Amino acid sequence: MGTFRSIVFSSVIAGFIVGLIVTVAQQFGTVPLILKAEVFEKAAETHQHEHDSAAAPQAAAAGHDHAGHSHADHDHGAAGWEPREGLERNAYTAVANVLTAIGFALLLAGFFAVRSGATGESISWHEGLLWGLAGFAVFTIAPGLGLPPELPGVPTAPLLSRQIWWLAAVLATAAGLALIVFRRTVPAAIAGVILLTLPHLIGAPELQHVETNVPSSLSHQFMVAVTLTSLVFWSLLGSLTSTIFARFDRNADRPA
Amino acid sequence: MPVAAGQVGRLSQALMAMVLGVFIVGVVGFSHIDVIHNAAHDVRHSNAFPCH
Repeated sequence: MGTFRSIVFSSVIAGFIVGLIVTVAQQFGTVPLILKAEVFEKAAETHQHEHDSAAAPQAAAAGHDHAGHSHADHDHGAAGWEPREGLERNAYTAVANVLTAIGFALLLAGFFAVRSGATGESISWHEGLLWGLAGFAVFTIAPGLGLPPELPGVPTAPLLSRQIWWLAAVLATAAGLALIVFRRTVPAAIAGVILLTLPHLIGAPELQHVETNVPSSLSHQFMVAVTLTSLVFWSLLGSLTSTIFARFDRNADRPA
Repeated sequence: MPVAAGQVGRLSQALMAMVLGVFIVGVVGFSHIDVIHNAAHDVRHSNAFPCH
């Protein structure tokens, strides 16, 4: 299990470092904007509760994705555990960031292991950075074109349909990039570009009418903040995971 | 043959790690379980994962 252990150890170390750095970056970038948007979201909810009986058809017409659910489902509803504001909330954010970083690092290091096994050379930090940027393209840019980063309080199409489109965009973009980078033939490149385009031609699920009191300038700021913190996340994760994995892998029993 | 066996071992170990990674990201970022959603709420928004 030499390879598996090297992958897991390097992913845990890189994930911890990157997850914590990104948590700090989010405190300056995305989190203040989420908190601002929640003020609008809560105001709209109070308004809706007041007019719940009278305005139920209106809410349904607006297509708010909670309209069909009970309010207990809602994450800011009275029912259901949620972390307390401040330290507790940010602690859970840090844990979730570290876990997400470890998860994506496992994915990256898996590719590094296969690549270095095939070439016989260990992965350089530079190749790792390029893999990280590929992750940025696959997991942030491609799904973000159809489903821009959302602030709380902005009505959206039903969750499951958006998750399915997100996954489809990620898979198509990853497959398209892989065809272009690793096949290097004209038909493969054409097929690759088609795969990159396809999810956006089909189009992400969206609502006909979006009514929100969250200012669009806030949404735009959020889009920039998400993209930048994600770029930091993937650049660091790619280069760090590759550097640490190469070190572990050199010391582990290499196959063959 | 030992070379091929070694490569297969490396490939399957890499795949195992990748499946584990996808599982972790899936639970943290996409699970519909309320408690997980609430704990990872800000991270889901910050990663532009579909949320709510």
